[in-house]
Amino acid sequence: MSKKRRSLVRAAFSAITLVMTMLLLSGCGNYMVLNPKGPIAAQQLDLIIITVILCAIIIVPVLVITFVIVWRYRATNKKADYKPEWAHSNLLETIWWGIPIVIVIVLAIVTVRYTHELEPSKAIASEKDEVTIQVVSLNWKWLFIYPEEGIATVNTITIPEDRPVRFELTADSPMNSFWIPELGGQIYAMSGMSMALHLQADEPGTYFGTAANFTGEHFENMTFDVNATSDAEYDQWIEKAKQSPETLTDESYEELSKPSEKEEPMLYSSVPDGIYERIVTKYMHDGAELHQHGSASADETNGSTSAEATNANSEEASSSHNGH
Amino acid sequence: MLEKIKEFASEFFVTGDPLIYGADVSIVLATLGIVFVLTYFKKWGWLWKDWLTTVDHKKIGIMYILAAIVMLFRGGVDAVMMRTQLAFPDLNFLEADHYNQIFTTHGVVMIFFMAMPFMFGLFNIVVPLQIGARDVAFPFLNSLSFWLFAAGAMLFNLSFVIGGSPDAGWLSYPPLSGTQFNPGVGQNFYIWGIQISGIGSLASGINFIVTILKMRAPGMTMMKMPMFTWSVFAASTTIIFAFPILTITMLLLFMDRFFGAHFFTLDGGGNPMMYINLIWMWGHPEVYIVVLPAFGVFSETVATFARKRLFGYASMVFAMVIISIISFFTWAHHFFTMGSGANVNAFFAVTTMIIAIPTGVKIFNWLFTMYKGRITFPTPMMWTIAFIPAFVVGGMTGVMLSVAPADFQFHNSYFLIAHFHQVLIGGVVFGYFAGLYYWWPKMFGFKLNEYLGKWAFWLWNIGFYICFMPQYLVGLDGMTRRISVFSDPDWQGLNIASTIGAYIMGLAFVFQVAQIVYSMFRKEMDTTGDIWDARTLEFSIASPAPEYNFAVIPQVHSRDEWWEEKERRARGEKPWDLGKIEPIHMPKNSAIGPIMGAFWFIAGFGLVFHWLWMAIPGFIGIFACMYARSFSAHKAEYYIPVEEVERTEAKLRGSV
Amino acid sequence: MAQSPAHGSDHHDHHAAGHHDPQDLKLLGFWIFLVTDVIMFSTLFATFIVLRGGTDGGPTGADLLEINGIIISTFLLLTSSFTSGVAVLAMHQNKIKQMIIWLVITGLLGAGFLYLEVNEFLHLIHEGATLQTSAFWSSFFTLVGTHGVHVTVGLFWMISIIIQIVRRGLTDDTKGKVTVFSLYWHFLDAVWIFLLSIVYLMEVM
Repeated sequence: MSKKRRSLVRAAFSAITLVMTMLLLSGCGNYMVLNPKGPIAAQQLDLIIITVILCAIIIVPVLVITFVIVWRYRATNKKADYKPEWAHSNLLETIWWGIPIVIVIVLAIVTVRYTHELEPSKAIASEKDEVTIQVVSLNWKWLFIYPEEGIATVNTITIPEDRPVRFELTADSPMNSFWIPELGGQIYAMSGMSMALHLQADEPGTYFGTAANFTGEHFENMTFDVNATSDAEYDQWIEKAKQSPETLTDESYEELSKPSEKEEPMLYSSVPDGIYERIVTKYMHDGAELHQHGSASADETNGSTSAEATNANSEEASSSHNGH
Repeated sequence: MLEKIKEFASEFFVTGDPLIYGADVSIVLATLGIVFVLTYFKKWGWLWKDWLTTVDHKKIGIMYILAAIVMLFRGGVDAVMMRTQLAFPDLNFLEADHYNQIFTTHGVVMIFFMAMPFMFGLFNIVVPLQIGARDVAFPFLNSLSFWLFAAGAMLFNLSFVIGGSPDAGWLSYPPLSGTQFNPGVGQNFYIWGIQISGIGSLASGINFIVTILKMRAPGMTMMKMPMFTWSVFAASTTIIFAFPILTITMLLLFMDRFFGAHFFTLDGGGNPMMYINLIWMWGHPEVYIVVLPAFGVFSETVATFARKRLFGYASMVFAMVIISIISFFTWAHHFFTMGSGANVNAFFAVTTMIIAIPTGVKIFNWLFTMYKGRITFPTPMMWTIAFIPAFVVGGMTGVMLSVAPADFQFHNSYFLIAHFHQVLIGGVVFGYFAGLYYWWPKMFGFKLNEYLGKWAFWLWNIGFYICFMPQYLVGLDGMTRRISVFSDPDWQGLNIASTIGAYIMGLAFVFQVAQIVYSMFRKEMDTTGDIWDARTLEFSIASPAPEYNFAVIPQVHSRDEWWEEKERRARGEKPWDLGKIEPIHMPKNSAIGPIMGAFWFIAGFGLVFHWLWMAIPGFIGIFACMYARSFSAHKAEYYIPVEEVERTEAKLRGSV
Repeated sequence: MAQSPAHGSDHHDHHAAGHHDPQDLKLLGFWIFLVTDVIMFSTLFATFIVLRGGTDGGPTGADLLEINGIIISTFLLLTSSFTSGVAVLAMHQNKIKQMIIWLVITGLLGAGFLYLEVNEFLHLIHEGATLQTSAFWSSFFTLVGTHGVHVTVGLFWMISIIIQIVRRGLTDDTKGKVTVFSLYWHFLDAVWIFLLSIVYLMEVM
């Protein structure tokens, strides 16, 4: 390798290293997914860390070996061995089929366990009462309905800290995805069905919520704040919402559901009964029944989730949506 | 009347954006320029006879690759525009709808009109030469495949200036892509651009399977095939199982949009989730279709430039076959968040992880091919080595994504974007570049300039990491894909870094174009036909290969037949007994390919605008072409006499 | 084999180095094409099965589909498969005239099948079941219609083959075409059996 070329390589390497270091220093520790504020996000982070460690068992040696081999067996290094015919070794091949298999088996076991554990429709075990929020994706804003309190909001939610929240999700728009990274992973919101997602905030704070699946022109404006507060503040907030001059009626919903570029956060002091169910069943004719996909009744147990999932293939599962 | 024309024109042509007017002007100027040059130098006849109507696999391959490079430019410009828009918070460089069109066309162009033709270009150029054949099994069908691709690509790209581009994402999930939410014609361009070129891909898949199964040189058993040919076989097999699903999916979406059917609509009992399942049942195998040939390229380059046999040949073949099979059982990992239940998610999570095993094995085999080798570092090898860390890290993030509950936190975020760009650029693009540099001398008879090539290489790699590493982080910070504006100042630093990286890659592309242009004028000729001291049959003949490829088909004894032959010659043993030259049977050029492509284009264009008066003649034209071919096929061949072959060979070998 | 110098150039039609029997290639290529067609139909069947419940409160298959006409269609198509087989047998004995007659009979049976299918579709449309009615009917018409389009294409293809045989007689090339066509025709028959059982019998029963 010529001197000039080597300096080029070195320059490139140092440039990359520099940029990487800058990136990591530029705010490590502030990334939402890596800073969970709720039990679901925390478990998901554990799982991410386990995965990274398991992968690193292979990845790190591979990167090192790559460098060493490429360096040592460069043609200009006349000291190195040269065995042009050597192309097979049962032992070596067994090793590198074997190790990944073992790691994948371990990872698979972990994943299967966590998949059941973190099934989004599974309620979070807690002594405290669950809060239910019904979520509707509209073009291009989120409507949140608090059925128990009889209020609704647009593009903002307030939840009590340390209490499980059950989100029921649907869409009156193209398929969307509902994501609050600091509290836990996302789930799709789809027309004609109701999905369930259970999350909980462990400490008060304002968390970032966003739409994650593209729904058209002004999709970028579908972000919202999640305010986790103490129980007392939560009750105050409910009271405040009830004072709001705006009310959600079937008519004002009709107006709201029309595409609009950007909506500021808004509170509604009342909601009509069963509006969420009407949105879910909007496209269904008589005889078709409401399909609860990936969700079910509030007191759902692990067992009933897997009962549904034994449909084994998601196509079949989705077909039942037509309620035949 | 004038008013009506004006109104029609403003609907028909895309208007309103200065960027688009600029593009319009440059398209018109470029077209005029090409027409002028062709007319001035009286090259129309040459273009038609030597290129457009050719059925020679080598020329078709070159046309594919030329198209792929043009499309890489188009998709790259899209990418750079997106990154410009996302460089700073609340920027207003692109309007939301324009941004949405650009990310859609970026994805579609890069996969369907860049990666696929690049791949078929390499298939075409290399496979017949590598297996000692004179052409593919069905040379006319091969030309037709190319013209279907060309018709589809032109139709899709036309949406940029006529009618408006699709804007529902590269896989266009309904109901967003249905008429309810997307009444314009952009989505119709999407359907027909993909449908027409997809039929071409399907035909190519069939063609290469038959070529590989039936046309290998005597003595070349399946387990003596070069690894690139194996990868083509695996990819083609995957194509014939996956692409029919795409064809039907596009057909059903078309039925919904054109006839008002209810497959994927919200009303009428339709089921949009069905589309998502179907499109990924094609879409997941598709990513393996494009990456397997890249694996094939690496297997060739790594053995050649380490000057050592490929390590673990049988394992490599087995791994590839396993990958193509399992790729059909992982599709649902693209939508773990659909709520299919824990068991479904667990199943697809595990199948996805399993794919990592054979892929990892291949990496080890490449590494141990280099172990105790004599590695030299010309550009094809540099791309090969750069591939390993890029793909290993991309593979790791892939495994992270496969863990279903963790995927809930990665899905649709920039983490995912970074992952698939890392494997698609680090795997597919690096692989195809390695292949292009490696076989370029075989295609054209001269080598690409190494100095400019190394500049391009380093810029690509540096830009690549600067662009995509920050995207992992910004994804972990909650930034989702497909947003046209971001406001969060926390994302600023990472986004600007990513944009800078994109510009560096753009610069790298400029270097590559400069490299090609420079090398055309300052040719480093490949006089031996074996410029890399390589191992497989394609390097045993002259560069560029004569139209009949092999004057006499060699008898194959081992995997690296050409390497062994050189060894035998070096030891002073008897060289190949090639036997005597016989008249060579060749297919004639055919105009039906390009004409049929044109009719497909007309039919597609008519259906895009619901103009049956245009679509029906288009389809009649297609059937007329099929009839014409059926009636004339038996006359479409000729023999090259022995004397001519001998003359050509003498000229190529530089001796009489 | 290919290198053997024993073969003179007058035999190059079959034995020249690097020249492979084109009929052999075409037959394999066509088999692979049929594989892709199987996948296409499987996708359509899967769609039909998923959407069969999606009648959206409208007419169901059991309401409108009539099994009697279908039995006649089935009979026509199965017979045509048989006659196309007979045509191939005649071809192997080099009986051009017989072969063409059997092919024409095959074509007529196929046309009869299509006539019944078009009639059935018109009847259904008259009864108020169209592509736009519901997901069930969309998938019904698309699945059955795709098979119908295959049969139509087959008919035109056969006409072209008959014309070529009349003009050029039985050569390796035209023989190959008949063989491949008959393969295609049997394939359509097999698809129809699935259609009959999954679409008609399961809906009506």
